[in-house]
Amino acid sequence: MSDHILKAYDDDLAQLKAMLSEMGGLAEEQLNHSMEALVRRDTRLAGQVIQADEKIDAMEIAVEEKAVLTIAKRQPLARDLRNIMVAIRIASDLERIGDLAKNVAKRSHAINDTLPRRLSAGLERMGQLSQAQLKMVLDAFAADDAEKAMEVWRHDEDIDALYNSIFRELLTYMMEDPRMISACTHLLFATKNIERIGDHATNIAENIYYLVHGKPLREERPKKDKTSITPFELKQD
Amino acid sequence: MNDMTFKTVFTPPQPKILATNPAKIIAEGVDVYYGEKHAIKNLSLTIPDKAVSAFIGPSGCGKSTFLRSINRMNDTIPGCRVTGVINVDGQAIYDPSIDVVDLRARIGMVFQKPNPFPKSIFENVAYGPRIHGLAKDKTALEQIVTESLKRASLWDEVKDRLHQPGTGLSGGQQQRLCIARAIAVNPEVILMDEPCSALDPIATARIEELITELKEKFCIVIVTHSMQQAARVSDLTAFFHLGILVEAGDTDEVFTSPQEKRTHDYITGRFG
Ligand SMILES: Nc1ncnc2c1ncn2[C@@H]1O[C@H](COP(=O)(O)OP(=O)(O)OP(=O)(O)O)[C@@H](O)[C@H]1O
Ligand SMILES: [Mg+2]
Repeated sequence: MSDHILKAYDDDLAQLKAMLSEMGGLAEEQLNHSMEALVRRDTRLAGQVIQADEKIDAMEIAVEEKAVLTIAKRQPLARDLRNIMVAIRIASDLERIGDLAKNVAKRSHAINDTLPRRLSAGLERMGQLSQAQLKMVLDAFAADDAEKAMEVWRHDEDIDALYNSIFRELLTYMMEDPRMISACTHLLFATKNIERIGDHATNIAENIYYLVHGKPLREERPKKDKTSITPFELKQD
Repeated sequence: MNDMTFKTVFTPPQPKILATNPAKIIAEGVDVYYGEKHAIKNLSLTIPDKAVSAFIGPSGCGKSTFLRSINRMNDTIPGCRVTGVINVDGQAIYDPSIDVVDLRARIGMVFQKPNPFPKSIFENVAYGPRIHGLAKDKTALEQIVTESLKRASLWDEVKDRLHQPGTGLSGGQQQRLCIARAIAVNPEVILMDEPCSALDPIATARIEELITELKEKFCIVIVTHSMQQAARVSDLTAFFHLGILVEAGDTDEVFTSPQEKRTHDYITGRFG
């Protein structure tokens, strides 16, 4: 993309992008730490994640303010306009990712020692997948790479599939041993949160596509989350 | 820029506005020369009726030249030559049988600088209908003047001073007076060349509001340097560059996702 005649306009857009990449880095870090806290049952790290969420919230507001000011000053059109729209939307997705990571961290307090370790193996795997998705979509954003964003978009079904199998597994455990219900429920919520983080990464991917192509992604995303229609009388097979 | 060099005219899918509104003006293979200077190059464009079409593009790209060729104003410029075909309602306006005075009554024009005649407000508006014999008597003429001033949203401001000079009005009022004068002869098409460039934001908003009302009845073509204005008032936007029509399409599309890089660079302020 060639430069604007008005250099200050380029600076505005560059600043917006820099803010988002900082925010993205922070969201990534929060997700990584919350997973670590959950898997290692590290309540101190969990506390740290909960604390740091404020920072992401503040950054979302800063991005919004910068975006509104840039619209007012520059009256952006075409790709510049999409750029700003997309910045606002991505900031909101990142803020949600931060919230969800915070939630995962909170769950780790509740789970702590009551749960057998093997139970969190699937969750750990899911965490890795969503971390990879988030990293890839942030890279795609940094490089305006719609192809890469599409890859993220297509891979979300892996997270959904894993979520389904964890869901079934946890149900089974709860039915086998009612003492596990409390811990498993927390774990179930944590899993759902991570699945939602995957969805936000996909939203970001869709926005990158829109930014680059000027058209929204119309295709229906492959969705493998079947938990809402999973019946209760499951037996482990 | 290199990949664009040989692609002179982009032919996008038919604009949606042309699917809903009938074509009013069809230009085909139009070239305009000022002596040696080739100001419009092989231009083809269809302009919808009962809609606003905006011409945008950098200074000197030929917007005014093409606009003037639509009502044969270029005929009055020595050395200016127009070739190709321009049809209005299927009638070739450069056909030798066309009466140019009649044509200019059908296709009115409003200029960048408000240019009322040095006469009363009333006379400014009455002049056209009178010379074209549109009013059978004094009452009918008064009726036309009142009606035109109302349609130009000027009536309330001037109804008590109709016999004072038009040149005594403010710039924005003068421009609306010129619009009233243009619509008094009951034209089909109104051409406007940067009609708001000398006006403040309030007067500009008034004119834009007026343009939006007038498109119910007329085919309107406006040249503007304000991207926001084109985006606000027009249905179709045509982007000109160096005498070439680069892109024409639905305004909503052109300002959100233009097809041509040159259009994009121009509307986003990247032309340097
Ligand atoms: N009467 C004339 N004699 C010779 N050349 C002319 C004449 N009028 C315009 N030109 C040339 O034709 C080209 C197109 O001019 P035109 O006035 O149509 O541009 P424009 O797009 O309306 O520009 P602007 O936005 O500055 O009004 C320019 O290079 C201009 O110098
Ligand atoms: Mg001009």
